Amino acid sequence: MYAEGEQTGGRTKVERTDRELVVTRSFDAPARILFEAWSKPELFTRWWVPKSAGVNLLSCELDVRTGGSYRLAFGEDPANAMTFFGKYVEVVPNERIVWTNEESDQGAISTVTFEEQDGKTLLRFSELYPTKEALDEAYVGMEGGMPEQLDQLETLLVELTGV
Amino acid sequence: MTFAALSDATRRGVLEQLARAEASITELADRFHMTLTGMKKHVGVLERAGLVRTEKIGRVRTCRLGSLGLQAEAAWIGSYQQLWDARFDALDAVVAELKARETNDVR
Repeated sequence: MYAEGEQTGGRTKVERTDRELVVTRSFDAPARILFEAWSKPELFTRWWVPKSAGVNLLSCELDVRTGGSYRLAFGEDPANAMTFFGKYVEVVPNERIVWTNEESDQGAISTVTFEEQDGKTLLRFSELYPTKEALDEAYVGMEGGMPEQLDQLETLLVELTGV
Repeated sequence: MTFAALSDATRRGVLEQLARAEASITELADRFHMTLTGMKKHVGVLERAGLVRTEKIGRVRTCRLGSLGLQAEAAWIGSYQQLWDARFDALDAVVAELKARETNDVR
């Protein structure tokens, strides 16, 4: 009984099961355009790191073909950059990209599919983790902490237990 | 996950367990290898915090995630959704540009 992320009214839908996070959204464009935006570094960098995330993308190398690899570096300067890297396990142009996330040995397998119908495309992005714990951990790492609300919960519990 | 901020490992485990399915105090005690009394204390703390609610039916006290527990779960998903919403809004803009370019090429 995991909560779904539809309550904020955005067009992006998020669902979670034990080991998998699935994000879906419909785009008013054919699949080949979405594939292009996902596979050309100069386009990819324009949307993968939204301004609101407040992180700086230092470099982005994508070789989007089966067996190719990618490497993304974030941070203020290359000396202490945080890198994300892996390999493309399966690439079917305009349809599907599957890649590994190798910065951790508990990294997810990511899959994005583009399903075109009547000129619109349903995009489905999934992260499948080896274990539930790995998914839990990854999320904490990604956001650099827990939502504020959970800090408040912790404070409340400390008060209640008198620790 | 959602409850990583909670300090006690057993209580965290109980919440994760209840996020998947309701359980009786006896079942929880068994699962976490604790005495019934010990588990009752943990559940009591969670219940006072609004994270868990319990209901006694006959001799069995059943525990479920409370409203705060459900909110925390939703908050977790919500911030992941925010990231993807922001990404996809930016992707929408890129896509619109590529579409316009194609249209111009055709002319």
